[in-house]
Amino acid sequence: MSQAVLVPSTAELFLRFTQVGVSGFGGVMPWARRMLVEERRWLNDEEFSETLSLCQLLPGPNIVNMAVCVGTRFRGARGAFAALMGLMCAPFVIVLVLGALFTRYGDIPAISAAFRGISAAAAGLVVAMGLKMAASPRLRSPMAVFALAAFAGIALARLPLGPFLLAAIPASVASAVWRSR
Amino acid sequence: MNGPLAQLALDFSLLSLFAVGGVINVLPELHRNVVEVRGWMSGAEFAQLFALAQASPGPNILVVSLIGWKVAGLAGAAVATAAVCAPSCLVTYSVARVWQRFRGARWRKWVEDGLVPVTVGLMLAGGYLITLAADHSAVAFAITAATAAAVLMTRVHPLWLLAAGGVIGLAGWA
Repeated sequence: MSQAVLVPSTAELFLRFTQVGVSGFGGVMPWARRMLVEERRWLNDEEFSETLSLCQLLPGPNIVNMAVCVGTRFRGARGAFAALMGLMCAPFVIVLVLGALFTRYGDIPAISAAFRGISAAAAGLVVAMGLKMAASPRLRSPMAVFALAAFAGIALARLPLGPFLLAAIPASVASAVWRSR
Repeated sequence: MNGPLAQLALDFSLLSLFAVGGVINVLPELHRNVVEVRGWMSGAEFAQLFALAQASPGPNILVVSLIGWKVAGLAGAAVATAAVCAPSCLVTYSVARVWQRFRGARWRKWVEDGLVPVTVGLMLAGGYLITLAADHSAVAFAITAATAAAVLMTRVHPLWLLAAGGVIGLAGWA
């Protein structure tokens, strides 16, 4: 595997992830890929895909994990911290300012009416993401029963997530092992 | 540390460790915790904060910053955000340091094959629950359905869809 072309400094990690954080409307990962692979060339395509699958496997938001992984890879703990802070700080301030504006002016009928529409559309984005993922080839197998169980258990029966996952994930992984034999 | 701050720190750091695949997957649990267990806000308020986080730039994990802020002000926002990031980041940092050793390992594929279906079910559950929380009229349900269809069938930028929802809402139909 070819090595990354450039090794960024901690300051660069902070700045570039700040840029990614503030440009990412409706999904940050495409912007992160653009920055890491196409603009900065800190990772090649293959390295990016491998890092992403690791990030999806680990707990926590994928994009936050991506920042930590990339930071760790180039600059250890300091790099991870710099990338994480870059990603989170500016968006954190922006979202709180929006929240404050909404609290201040949200009672105005026109604004609350607009927000009912925005909330409905935001829900549609989540539904679409779920349906897109459900089209994964991995679900065209008996393993799909675990997707149904998760939906029924969490959405319909409203089971608490922690205990549910502690039962469902070992069962699901065991089935994957058994099926591969 | 006062009550709500300690609760935010505890609840959200546990949530952090279960958030495999991202915050959208723990949306049902976040909703259950914030609305049903703690009673910090109504389902409609929860859906509004979620929409705000979706409409602003950055990771959508920032919905927890808004929840923390609603519960306990700026300190609440900081505590909630740190709590939801720190545990998973420490895990990721530890694994990132040794991950290269496991490239091509068979168990890696098994774990992925097992995790994906559960993750998909959680994602669909999140969509279902946030739709119920956000939509209180036939038009609202239609906006949700049309937005989902537009994402699946076109390459339109999500921000335009949020804006379209806002315009329809502004017209007083939602």
